[in-house]
Amino acid sequence: MKDQTFTVKENRQIAPLTFLMRMEGDCSEITAPGQFINIQIDGLFLRRPISVCDLEGNTLTIIYKTVGKGTKAMSLMKEGQELDILTGLGNGYDLSKAGDRPLLLGGGVGVPPLYLLAKRLRAEGKQVSAVLGFNKAEEVFFADEFRELGCSVTVTTADGSTGTKGFVTDGMPEDYSYFYTCGPEPMLKAVFRASQTSGQFSFEERMGCGFGACMGCSCRTVTGYKRICKDGPVLEKEEILWED
Amino acid sequence: MGRLSTELCGIELDSPLIPASGTFGYGYEFAELYDINILGTFSFKGTTRDPRFGNATPRIAETPSGMLNAVGLQNPGTDAVISTELPKLAKVFRKPVMANVSGFSVDDYVESCAKLDKEAQVGWLEVNISCPNVHGGGMSFGTSPESAAEVTREVKKVTAKPVIMKLSPNVTDIAQIARACEAAGADGISLINTLMGMRIDLRRRAPLLANRTGGLSGPAVFPVALRMVWDVYEAVSIPVVGMGGVSSAEDVIEMMLAGACAVEIGSANLRDPFACKKITEELPGVMDSLGITDIKEIIGGAHNG
Repeated sequence: MKDQTFTVKENRQIAPLTFLMRMEGDCSEITAPGQFINIQIDGLFLRRPISVCDLEGNTLTIIYKTVGKGTKAMSLMKEGQELDILTGLGNGYDLSKAGDRPLLLGGGVGVPPLYLLAKRLRAEGKQVSAVLGFNKAEEVFFADEFRELGCSVTVTTADGSTGTKGFVTDGMPEDYSYFYTCGPEPMLKAVFRASQTSGQFSFEERMGCGFGACMGCSCRTVTGYKRICKDGPVLEKEEILWED
Repeated sequence: MGRLSTELCGIELDSPLIPASGTFGYGYEFAELYDINILGTFSFKGTTRDPRFGNATPRIAETPSGMLNAVGLQNPGTDAVISTELPKLAKVFRKPVMANVSGFSVDDYVESCAKLDKEAQVGWLEVNISCPNVHGGGMSFGTSPESAAEVTREVKKVTAKPVIMKLSPNVTDIAQIARACEAAGADGISLINTLMGMRIDLRRRAPLLANRTGGLSGPAVFPVALRMVWDVYEAVSIPVVGMGGVSSAEDVIEMMLAGACAVEIGSANLRDPFACKKITEELPGVMDSLGITDIKEIIGGAHNG
């Protein structure tokens, strides 16, 4: 973990309530796709944890949805603004288990962390399939970006306004070597039930510190208590215990 | 002895700064970030006789100038703290540590304190009779003078180490509780634990925290904590450790002027993991600007006249 100053280079809306922010700073602590950063925002006490979407040298991209005060304030930030950010948080996805035909399943703002993962898997020459789920056509983002990486992309929408009608589980291919997923908890549960192979799940939880000190985001797993921020946010399928 | 040195129950501290329980784990994770030996000491994660998972999530909520937590004393239990956490800490921290102990019965407190008493690295026992986030224990011992005195008295029987009673602000008269602890043999008082509060999720029309209520901390509580430290300092003659919303070198000095001989720093560590390091570095300059040569000279300094 490092405490770094980043400078906002771009901050624009890419879908309803959904924004892309590109910033520059020291990204050396970020070691794996699926890790997150924790952003200090003036006037708010707790930092806001957001997953890393893309990384290129010192340029970091995040995609976030405005759901409360913190993300609303972020959406108003202008180019040139400096931000105090903790980087390199969380374990991230383990690429070594991907096999040769990994499947990526993302829902809504669960799609962004899968982008850097797809990029890294493609760089290793893997044949990557991605199923990206949204509520409706106007909310779809980054499908083309995944295609440009050379992924085989299926878009699903809950209302059927574009792509396959239904949820990501309705767009799952038959044949894949392993899977990686991120999205809202009902989606993760559905993927857990529908999946035929082992895989990795990225979880979301309200956090205090984001670096393992406060025990604010703990969950029970097969292998004991884990902190989503420090021991996660990525858990392996075999260690997940659903609470309800 | 430097100009930041102070004393707590007969043990010298190089600095008045003490990360508060529940915001610093068992120390070794912060040791990866900076040399934690610059601290006076730290109070480790609230430990109970048996392991606890704590409350369901969400356990954390934002508030104006602060936060609510309802972690519910997640910890591995006294035996595992002794066998696993303290040996890890010993590798990175060469000073006495403050052992924070919680319980659900007087026997719980006694058993944990008796075991931790035998640990060489434990300098003080900070007995938490003020956790607002557990049911059937914790804060209930700290809200009546009689039960606070009973825990103090029984714990004192099983340890030779200084016993610091950590008090709840969720009472009518905190000075009365402090006096009862002193009369029962307490060596020091620390305060305040968090203030009970809650938030409601507007969309779900339900409490935001799974535990419904939580403990408020952060800059929002600083003036409340300061007033209570002031009151307790006037009520007792044993050392007082001040905490509650401290987040700057100026806040540390203010707490000490109110009567604190040392100052715990809690949620500031969660917002900024380097908070205690930064405050340690800023303190001498702020002392210079206020004409303070030696920090222990200002303890209770605002009570004169």
